[in-house]
Amino acid sequence: MEFQTVVFYLFGAIAVAAALGVIVVRNPVHAALFLVLAFFSSAAIWLLLEAEFLAIALVLVYVGAVMVLFLFVVMMLDINVDRLREGFWSNLPLGLLVAAVLVVEMVLVLTGDFFRKWPAPAPLPADASNTADIGRVLYTVYAYPFEIAALVLLVAMVAAVSLTLRKRKDVRHLDPAEQVKVKASERLRVISMPAEKE
Amino acid sequence: MLTLSHFLVFGAVLFAISVVGIFLNRKNLIVLLMAIELMLLAVNTNFVAFSHYLGDIHGQIFVFFILTVAAAESAIGLAILVVLFRNRRTIHVDDLDQLKG
Repeated sequence: MEFQTVVFYLFGAIAVAAALGVIVVRNPVHAALFLVLAFFSSAAIWLLLEAEFLAIALVLVYVGAVMVLFLFVVMMLDINVDRLREGFWSNLPLGLLVAAVLVVEMVLVLTGDFFRKWPAPAPLPADASNTADIGRVLYTVYAYPFEIAALVLLVAMVAAVSLTLRKRKDVRHLDPAEQVKVKASERLRVISMPAEKE
Repeated sequence: MLTLSHFLVFGAVLFAISVVGIFLNRKNLIVLLMAIELMLLAVNTNFVAFSHYLGDIHGQIFVFFILTVAAAESAIGLAILVVLFRNRRTIHVDDLDQLKG
């Protein structure tokens, strides 16, 4: 077997096993860690497909940011795992049936001659740069979609912060600005009154 | 010899696994979000495979945008989950019946 085929089957098997782990383990923290493994193995398969930039982006953005966010939230919430597992086994037969039909259909279509005999692309020259290719297209043809993507991220950031930000009303606190701005007339009142007689 | 079929079948298997995950973990919002991430990964693998075999870089640009939207989606989803937990002290799907739907 060719070296690339070995690599494909190795990382493919790890990714599929990790994906199975994500959906069956009890502990959500373990599920998140299995998802990290699935992303890592898929990134290796993307490297086989010569998509180096996206493979690195997947590891940096997904494993580095999104999955850490997942882990953070999972650990912050106090979850009763037993209640969340209700109906797990009763839904299994239907889920397996749907998945089996899905896989069989897709395999029948995708292993046909049309996809199997698709000509392999010509090997890239030694100085080919995937990042430069993506950048060249992204900043010309897709310049406006790229800016919209930046806007989507900005809106998501503002939304996440504004959703989770809260002001506590039950805490008494001092406002130094108010204290500094205070005038003598607000604190001290001089009144004139007639002298008291004995 | 690796063919396009290999990668497409790999994506299909990942997608089917995440569909099963949505069936199994109907009560568990966190694992539901993870299954959606897994689905997006499967779709992205298809995009990258076609991009490679067609020799067309535009498929990879699509993956880039899907990654962006998926990151935004999971950030907002988790923020909603945190707010939900803070207000109701639970994220169990059966307890979220305020709308009486």
